[in-house]
Amino acid sequence: MTLNLTVSPDFAPDHIAGWYFFNTWLQRQLGNAVHLELYDSFEEQRQDLRAEKVDLIYANPYDASMLVRELGFEAIARPLAQPDETIIACREDAEFESVEDLQPGTRVATTSDPDVHTMGMIMLEPADLDSSNISIAQRSNYVLVAKSLLKREADIGFFLKAGYQDLSALIQNQMKVLVTSQISVVHHTLLVGPGMREQIPLLQERLLAMHEDDKGRSVLESLGIEQWESMDRERTEFMIDLIDTLIP
Amino acid sequence: MEDQNNDDGRIVTITYYGGATREALIVDHEVPYPDGKLIVSRTDPKGFITHVNQAFVDMSGYSREELIGANHNILRHPDMPAVAFAGLWETLETGTKWHGYVKNLRKDGAFYWVKATVIPNIRDGEVVGYTSVRRKPSRSKIRESEELYETLK
Ligand SMILES: Cc1cc2nc3c(=O)[nH]c(=O)nc-3n(C[C@H](O)[C@H](O)[C@H](O)COP(=O)(O)O)c2cc1C
Repeated sequence: MTLNLTVSPDFAPDHIAGWYFFNTWLQRQLGNAVHLELYDSFEEQRQDLRAEKVDLIYANPYDASMLVRELGFEAIARPLAQPDETIIACREDAEFESVEDLQPGTRVATTSDPDVHTMGMIMLEPADLDSSNISIAQRSNYVLVAKSLLKREADIGFFLKAGYQDLSALIQNQMKVLVTSQISVVHHTLLVGPGMREQIPLLQERLLAMHEDDKGRSVLESLGIEQWESMDRERTEFMIDLIDTLIP
Repeated sequence: MEDQNNDDGRIVTITYYGGATREALIVDHEVPYPDGKLIVSRTDPKGFITHVNQAFVDMSGYSREELIGANHNILRHPDMPAVAFAGLWETLETGTKWHGYVKNLRKDGAFYWVKATVIPNIRDGEVVGYTSVRRKPSRSKIRESEELYETLK
C-alpha cells in the first residue's frame, strides 16, 4: 500500500525539490512506496485530510490542532529551533512607526496561511483594529504581499518571519518592520495518521538520526532544516492549547 | 486597607477569596506590555502555577523558582474586583474559554495590563490544568476596564 505524504501549502517555493528528496528518503527508510502530494490551497488540503487520504503531513501549527484533536494524528518531530513567527511590515516611507499609529481603514495584505493571519490580527489589537474596521486582501504568497505594499495597494502586510527574510534585499530595503512576534513555542510539526501508528517508533528513530549521515543531512539541507527534534504527546498538546487561546 | 504611605508606594493588604491575606507593595507605575510577545502560564486544576514562559518571568518580576508552585493569585492587584475572577472560575468550570482584561501586580509593586485568555487543558476527557495566554491590550480597552472595575469594587 502506498503511503501519502503532504506538506502545509505555506512551504517555501525553494524547498519543493527538498520535499521530493525527503519523499525518496522516507521510502528507503520505511521500505514502502510513498506518494508526495502538494497543494496550492489550505482548503483543498483540509478536504483530503478529512477524507483520510493523508498518512503523513508536515503541518502548520494551526492545522496540527485539527489533525490531533479531530483526526487522531500524532506529532512525532519538529525542526530544531524554527519557531513560526509573524511580522507586520509596511513601506519604508510610511508615516507610521508602530502598530499603535495605525488607524481604522488600514488596508492589510495577507495570505491564506492561518497562523500568520491569526497572529497578524492579534498584533493589530493594540491599535483597536479588527476585521470590522480594516480591509483585508488575500495574496497567494509573501512576495505578492510585499508587492501590494510597494504598489501602494496595501498599507501593511502580514508575513511569516522566514518568508520575510527570504524576500530579496531590493524588496526588503523598501520596507520596514512594525512588529515581530516572539512566541517561540509555536512551530510546524511532522504528523502521522492513525493508519501508520505501528511505524512511529521506526520513523521517529530514523528522523532523529537523519542529520548524522551525509545522505540524510543533504536532504535536510534542501529543506532548510538543521535536524529533527522529537515531539511527544504533551509537547503537542501544550502547543495546541496555546493555539486554542488565540483562535477567536 | 492601607497601612502605610510613602513616595515609593504604599503597603496594601490583599484579601483573597477564601479569606487568606497578604501585605503587598503597590506603586502607581505602569510597565508597558512588550510588543509581539505572549505571556504564558499553566496551572494545576486548583490554580497553582506549573509552567511559565520567559515573558511571564520578565513581566512579573519574580524568578521562575518563586513562581512554580505558587498560587496564581500572586499576581492579583487590589484594583481588580473579586467578581472578575469569580467569573473566570465559573466560566472554566463549564469547560469553556474565558477572556478578560486584567491589571496584574508585579513583585516590585508596579502593574501591567493584559488581555488574557484562559482555557481548560482537557486530556482523555479530564481537566488536568489550565493555560493562560496574554497579549497586548489597546489603551481604549484599558480605560474601559479601569472604569468598569472601579464600579465593581
Ligand atoms: C491559568 C490561570 C491564570 C490566571 N492568571 C491570573 C493572573 O494573571 N492574574 C490574576 O490576578 N489572577 C489570575 N488567575 C486567577 C487566580 O487564580 C485567582 O483567582 C485571582 O488572582 C484572585 O485570587 P483569589 O481567587 O484567590 O481571590 C489565573 C487563574 C488561572 C487558572
